[in-house]
Amino acid sequence: MDLWGRRLQERLERTMRRLIPTAAFGLALTFALMAGPAEAGAVFNAVKARGFIQCGVNVGLAGFSAPNARGTWSGLDVDYCRAVAAAMFGDATKVKFVPLSAQQRFSALQSGEVDLLSRNTTWTLTRDTANGFHFAPITFFDGQAFMVAKKSGIKSAAELNGATICAQTGTTTELNLADYFRSHGLSYQPVIVEALAEMNAIFFAGRCDAVTSDASQLASIRAADASNPDDYIILPERISKEPFAPAVRHGDDQWFELVKWTIFATIDAEELGISSKTVTDFLKSSNPSIQRLLGEMPGFGAALGVDEKWAYAVIKQVGNYGEIFDRNVGAGSRLKLERGLNALWTAGGLQYSPPLR
Amino acid sequence: MAAAPANNNWLGDPKLRAIAWQALALVALGACAWFLVGTILENLAQRSVATGFGFLSRSASFAIGETVIPYSAADSYGKALLVGVLNTLKVTVIAITSATLLGILIGIARLSRNWLVAKLAAVYVESVRNVPLLLQLFLWYAMITESLPGPRQAFHPLPGVFLSNRGLMVPGLADHPVWLAVTAALILAIALGLWRGRRTAAILIPALPLGVWLGFGAPLAFSLPELQGFNFRGGITFSPELSSLLIGLAIYAASYIAEIVRGGILAVDRGQVEAGLSLGLSRSDVLRLIVLPQALRVIVPPLAGEYHKLTKNTSLAVAIGYPDVVSVLNTMVNQTGQAIEGMALIMMVFLAISTGISLFTNWYNRRVALVER
Repeated sequence: MDLWGRRLQERLERTMRRLIPTAAFGLALTFALMAGPAEAGAVFNAVKARGFIQCGVNVGLAGFSAPNARGTWSGLDVDYCRAVAAAMFGDATKVKFVPLSAQQRFSALQSGEVDLLSRNTTWTLTRDTANGFHFAPITFFDGQAFMVAKKSGIKSAAELNGATICAQTGTTTELNLADYFRSHGLSYQPVIVEALAEMNAIFFAGRCDAVTSDASQLASIRAADASNPDDYIILPERISKEPFAPAVRHGDDQWFELVKWTIFATIDAEELGISSKTVTDFLKSSNPSIQRLLGEMPGFGAALGVDEKWAYAVIKQVGNYGEIFDRNVGAGSRLKLERGLNALWTAGGLQYSPPLR
Repeated sequence: MAAAPANNNWLGDPKLRAIAWQALALVALGACAWFLVGTILENLAQRSVATGFGFLSRSASFAIGETVIPYSAADSYGKALLVGVLNTLKVTVIAITSATLLGILIGIARLSRNWLVAKLAAVYVESVRNVPLLLQLFLWYAMITESLPGPRQAFHPLPGVFLSNRGLMVPGLADHPVWLAVTAALILAIALGLWRGRRTAAILIPALPLGVWLGFGAPLAFSLPELQGFNFRGGITFSPELSSLLIGLAIYAASYIAEIVRGGILAVDRGQVEAGLSLGLSRSDVLRLIVLPQALRVIVPPLAGEYHKLTKNTSLAVAIGYPDVVSVLNTMVNQTGQAIEGMALIMMVFLAISTGISLFTNWYNRRVALVER
């Protein structure tokens, strides 16, 4: 071998020694990136194997999702995360709550960071289609409203022409607000802030004449943040339909069905008069509807891919729809919201479960 | 020997080898990028997430609190984006100008031989630099919204000037043809000044617009803010959001600029000052003619970095409700669900603004740089 050939060989060897670690790193990176999207049944199986649900919730909205002084989450949305865990594992505590801002929530669900998004999210066509979500049954019927200081003397949203209006970014709030004022030929000046706490602070400081959000959220802000809640009123107009529903991403029908029927089971239980306190007594009931719901007549748990006692666990550990509503946002809570549209269909409301058979 | 590897020994040629390695690295980088983008698009398609920038032509359906150009909720997302970009540019330009002036002042003050002035400047720099900007913005915003009265009880220090928690209202120019003519005259005067030199400019720039205004019969076509219903109409409004953002950004950036200016001045050799003084120049002439031109060479490159930082910091506007490009795109992302496109647009906007600043500062840097002949 001549001199040149030897030099070349040495050089190549040196280069290879330098390149191998780099190449190995590149290869590892490539494999990490190749982890593909979810396949059918994948979420259901992944959750089952993991042993707990990752549930996206609001970072802090009294009545729907808020951590208490001991760090335990409570609220209507939070309870539905627990209900799904009870149906899946027979244990309502098998949930990891992931607090998400309004903007984070969709990418968190799309990317698989959470399995279930239960975060006062309005069901819309865009979210169903372009964003790639499936919405479970509506857990709370809400509508956007305005709150003003009582001393302003405003009684109706029609009197808000020319007003400065505070709103939070990252919601459909801005769209509804613009639509309402456009369709009524009125003008307004928006002040849009990112954080809910900041919006509350500037509204109560008088930066805006009115603040707009979902009526439930306004009630929550008034109860939690106003120095004197009686100084503020929520105007009667509802300028939008805001049906809140938990959402899952496309691609796993089995998981979607479990979430869907967990919610229906809570509504069905209230209709049948079964509560968390009485559910054990109902196990001996001869009513076939109750036997099907509580798993005494088998087959329905198997159809969903979970234990036959799935609905029993949900009702026992979390409660029926009425209980969940009352303790979080209704008469038993600080928000004191009326059942209104959220009453059962038998009581003039909209909550209705398809037959569990 | 005769068969010396002349045509197959390209591996031995360091220049060719370097090119080969660079080409290989470029191909690898390109492949990585292609693979990443491909995977993202594939995953998005599989999760039925819409992609593309088609949404920009759809109706935005949301209002924006402050706009430089006329805009309504019926306009397109593209127009809303433009409004956001202009709002960001407005803040950037005003904040950079005021931060530079304030920074130079504080920087020189810190070198002052007056003990009190120097110490006050030092306290300013140290206290402002050591508190996070976001907190300062919240502080200014809270001070404005919490401490000022409502529009009905607004402070009224001068005719046509109102200060309330809805902002600072000052008289503006009304919609009148005279202002168009005056602007045209001003542009003409500047053009003539550039052509004929400094002396002509000094006469023409004030005289020509004033003459045109007088020629129109000196109309007082001003628009005064007036309380109507909930708020003031007419005039120019500096909203609490814009004001606190401008104050916060300018004061914060000025503290850094002051240190850059101080460093630049200290970098000029003492001998230069002494030489100037011994020639009989006054202290201010020494500063103006000898120190500053040399200090600028040291000051300009880090100053450019400070401008970049300020530009990017305008995105904190979203926290205090000023409708900058980030705030507008946040709303867009939420309404359309197209987060990747939204983030890409934000990045492109800031990249474009920063590149613009770089081009300008590089040009200016070359101008003030030491030219070796």
